[in-house]
Amino acid sequence: MPMDKRAGTAAEALADVADGATVFISGFGGAGFPNVLIHALRDRSPKQLTLVVNSATHRYSVTHELIEAGLVRKVVCTAARGHSKEPSPFELQWMDGKIELECVPQGTFAERIRAGGAGIPAFYTPVGLGTELAQGKEVRRFGDREYILEQAIKGDLALVRADIADRYGNLTFRYAQMNFGPVMATAAARVVVEVRAVLEEPIPYERVQLPGLYVDRVVTVGA
Amino acid sequence: MRPLNRLQIAWRAAQDIADGMVVNLGMGMPVAVADYLRPEADVFIHSENGVIGAGPLAAPEHIDTDLVDAGSRRITLRPGAAIVDSSWSFAAIRGGHIDVAILGAFEVAANGDLANWDMRLPNKGPLVGGAMDLASCARAVWVIMDHVTRTGAPRLLEKCTLPLTAVRCVKRVYTDLAVVDITQAGMVVLEMLEGLSETDLRQRTGAALTFAPDCRSLTTPPIELLAGDRP
Repeated sequence: MPMDKRAGTAAEALADVADGATVFISGFGGAGFPNVLIHALRDRSPKQLTLVVNSATHRYSVTHELIEAGLVRKVVCTAARGHSKEPSPFELQWMDGKIELECVPQGTFAERIRAGGAGIPAFYTPVGLGTELAQGKEVRRFGDREYILEQAIKGDLALVRADIADRYGNLTFRYAQMNFGPVMATAAARVVVEVRAVLEEPIPYERVQLPGLYVDRVVTVGA
Repeated sequence: MRPLNRLQIAWRAAQDIADGMVVNLGMGMPVAVADYLRPEADVFIHSENGVIGAGPLAAPEHIDTDLVDAGSRRITLRPGAAIVDSSWSFAAIRGGHIDVAILGAFEVAANGDLANWDMRLPNKGPLVGGAMDLASCARAVWVIMDHVTRTGAPRLLEKCTLPLTAVRCVKRVYTDLAVVDITQAGMVVLEMLEGLSETDLRQRTGAALTFAPDCRSLTTPPIELLAGDRP
């Protein structure tokens, strides 16, 4: 049967997300947030999710709606600070002890996900050494420097925003939209991508920024 | 004696950026450094979100919401720019491919320890972003910050009191009063504001200072800080 990864709707693409899933969400700096998919996930309403997302509080992302809806048990992120005097939905639930937080330096966050998708269970990095975020982690000296051991992150689902897809799931990204999308797509068992448009013709090989082998479903959502 | 304003501190730091450098500018005061690079210096500005070669902010009619830097600012690209994904962007940082990271700070210690990510604010979630990666792994880390807190407490200290971002990483500090190198022998003042005495500066500093034999006057052009334009 000819391969075709196009899904009709976001809801259809997320129909089988289970309670307790670990979900990656792409986006950083205002670009690459899969907000249509996040809304569809909120409507689907799986419980006890672990979100792996750069920011739990970014103002251009609707990640906070999953948190407000009470679907989230734990957040692994690099930023969890709200932008106004009033605490953000994340901060409220975190202070109440309803959500667990794992705060990770951003490059370690990206590399842990990359490792998860590349068959590397753990790696040493100098980042965080001597700080609170290294507490309890193994330290090892290589040459004249000490490093801490960081574990890979793998997930059940990745929600990614890209620009263009083809039926094979090949993707291109606009400008800074890429950010965490490619690594998140490598580390999740199931990868759903929202795109501006799906082309009938295959994307020329030299323009493919994420090969379709990492992608399960693409949903056209427009600009 | 009038302390430098924030833009003047940024101007002063910009003068030390050499031609051809790849530079990362932290959020807040450091991003203003880009506005004062020497015109002849061909510099690539790296942003954590993967932009290598960030240009000036986009004019309102050219804003593209997908073209942003790590601080969510709508930017442009300079000629020769490239955009990579986050894991590559941070591999470039950890791998030592960023010549200088210019970061803001709450505190810097005499041994180069940096505290710039967590002020222990009550009821606020943490925000580490790329601070630890840049502080640990950029080839040089420069800090720009006010010399003392709003209540007059020193920010240059023997030992940081706030949670650390990275240990022994800061090479140079630009403040509103002085330019200070962090050396094996502690803090060395390279430049100091006209009208300030060594005793004055020591009173505003929580660590031992030595003064470079050729310690110069810290001078910058007048730059008006516009209301609402405070980086």
